[in-house]
Amino acid sequence: MGRYLLRRLVLLIPTLLGISALVLVLMRLLPGDAVDILVGPELVLGPEQRKALYRLFGLDAPIHIHYFNWLIEVLQGNLGLSVRTAQPITKVIMQRLPITIELALLASALAWVIAIPLGVLSAVRRNGTLDFVAHISGLIGLSVPNFWLATMLLLVSSLYLGWQPSLIWISPFKDLLANLQQMLLPVLSLSAVLMAVVMRMMRSSMLEVLGQDYIRTARSKGLREQAVLARHAFKNAAIPVITVQGIQVGYLLGGAVVIEQIFGMPGIGWTILNGIYQRDYPVVQGGVLFVAVAFVLVNLLVDLVYAYLDPRIRYD
Amino acid sequence: MATGTAQAVKGAWVPHRPRNPFAEMAGHLVRHPVGLTGILLVLLFIVLAIAAPLIAPFDPVAQPSKRLLPPGGQHLLGTDEFGRDVLSRIIYGSRVSFQVGVISVGIALFLGGALGLISAYYLGLVDSLVMRVVDIMFAFPTIILIIAISGVLGASMTTAMIAIGIVYAPIFARIVRAPTLVVMQQQYVEGARAFGAGWLRIMLRYVLPNIAAPVIIQTTLSFSTAILSEATLSFLGLGTQPPDPSWGTMLGSGRKFMELAPWVAVYPGLAIALVVLGLNLMGDALRDALDPRLRRGLT
Repeated sequence: MGRYLLRRLVLLIPTLLGISALVLVLMRLLPGDAVDILVGPELVLGPEQRKALYRLFGLDAPIHIHYFNWLIEVLQGNLGLSVRTAQPITKVIMQRLPITIELALLASALAWVIAIPLGVLSAVRRNGTLDFVAHISGLIGLSVPNFWLATMLLLVSSLYLGWQPSLIWISPFKDLLANLQQMLLPVLSLSAVLMAVVMRMMRSSMLEVLGQDYIRTARSKGLREQAVLARHAFKNAAIPVITVQGIQVGYLLGGAVVIEQIFGMPGIGWTILNGIYQRDYPVVQGGVLFVAVAFVLVNLLVDLVYAYLDPRIRYD
Repeated sequence: MATGTAQAVKGAWVPHRPRNPFAEMAGHLVRHPVGLTGILLVLLFIVLAIAAPLIAPFDPVAQPSKRLLPPGGQHLLGTDEFGRDVLSRIIYGSRVSFQVGVISVGIALFLGGALGLISAYYLGLVDSLVMRVVDIMFAFPTIILIIAISGVLGASMTTAMIAIGIVYAPIFARIVRAPTLVVMQQQYVEGARAFGAGWLRIMLRYVLPNIAAPVIIQTTLSFSTAILSEATLSFLGLGTQPPDPSWGTMLGSGRKFMELAPWVAVYPGLAIALVVLGLNLMGDALRDALDPRLRRGLT
């Protein structure tokens, strides 16, 4: 396991360097004069001010020098300053992060609680009514855009139930109940796709395991069907489903951009999107870099858990 | 295979020519009820997109009636906040969606496919380099990268298509590379090389027909995610710009009047969900039909 961990950590370095390079290049692709775009059209700059801003954003140096200098700062935890608010971007991200983490965790938890039993039941009662309904619901869940689902949930709750979640963020440490009420619709909107993916994966993984010889052996020993399913089939079938969660972190982070915007939740996604709207590109740069690095690290963690649970992976 | 064997008996060996994968897949799809439903849904929207000027009752940007009229009468799906016919805008919106789907997936297929083929053909340093770039692209959550590229390049339908195309290219690079590596090691390719076949001939005659199946499945699935991505971008104001009728733009602007006139937000979203569902059903059926393990009913 130690060697596997070391190998994965070594492989992580070029990926992280690549991510940071891509993020920097992306921001250097801004069409026109970057300083004009960053300060906006309303501000007329003198040549000295322009020069100072070029230096501040590192744009006066060739791209490789700019990258190197920026990387040194990033490695020290400094993502630069917001052009609009002059706040350190690292601080902004750390303030917004708990909201996105809570949203992602609750959406994942809801998806797993519903999708895992449904996937198992679909596999056990294959080709039955429940299986058919779950199959169709899964396909619908994958097809409905999360922003439409969010809009419809808001519509139904306000128009027919006379209830609307608060549009001002309430911390769970301040009022847990109010926070969970506020989280209900965003979590439902974000978890629909995840539910469909996990349910489909659980079903196919369970079907594959149920066809294995050791399940036949367990049954022929006279074990009760429930014991066969819980002790022999489910444990093995659940392992590949864990990997889905790693991939889905990307979906959760991406989905959070839209969902946070709709429900006015100032998380990381909201920060990136508003950075784009306000042309605060250092914030966009810092936010995208943070999200990508977080995505890679979570995936690494999931892979390590997978390798721990299934030794074949680390000996491959 | 029969041709190859027969000719081998005569002593003139010719490389194996794979069966027509397109005809094979079309056959599977039509026989599969889920796949057939998907095809019909997608066909419906293709017809709407092509025949929009003939079918749409109104000009999609004209403002012929009062604002926010409820569905019924002249306006089957009502009017929006500018008095434009919602049905006509949805019909024309299918053009935007399919245009974005075709062009962005085309860019992804061309870029990613070329990278995958080059990678598998040259191997070594080229392969390592291409695959590292692909890994780095995979490190980003797709929609965030699409939003960032569109945000940086400026909001428009064209940048949306470019952004989606670039972000989906790595998937095709991987999808193309793996089977190409396998095909390149087959004896019939070695044989073709021995007969003096060049790079292009080997690619077109032996590699492409063999990798067509996974590429077609991925194209169908990417088409649906491309449509969803464009709708998301437009919903956020970073894709197709008003007054052009994109489903995402309609939903984004209609949302503000939702409590007063739910139809402006309900129907565009329904259109997105139906076309994506159709493409997903098609993709699922194709996967089931082409993967022998899945054909036994594992999904």
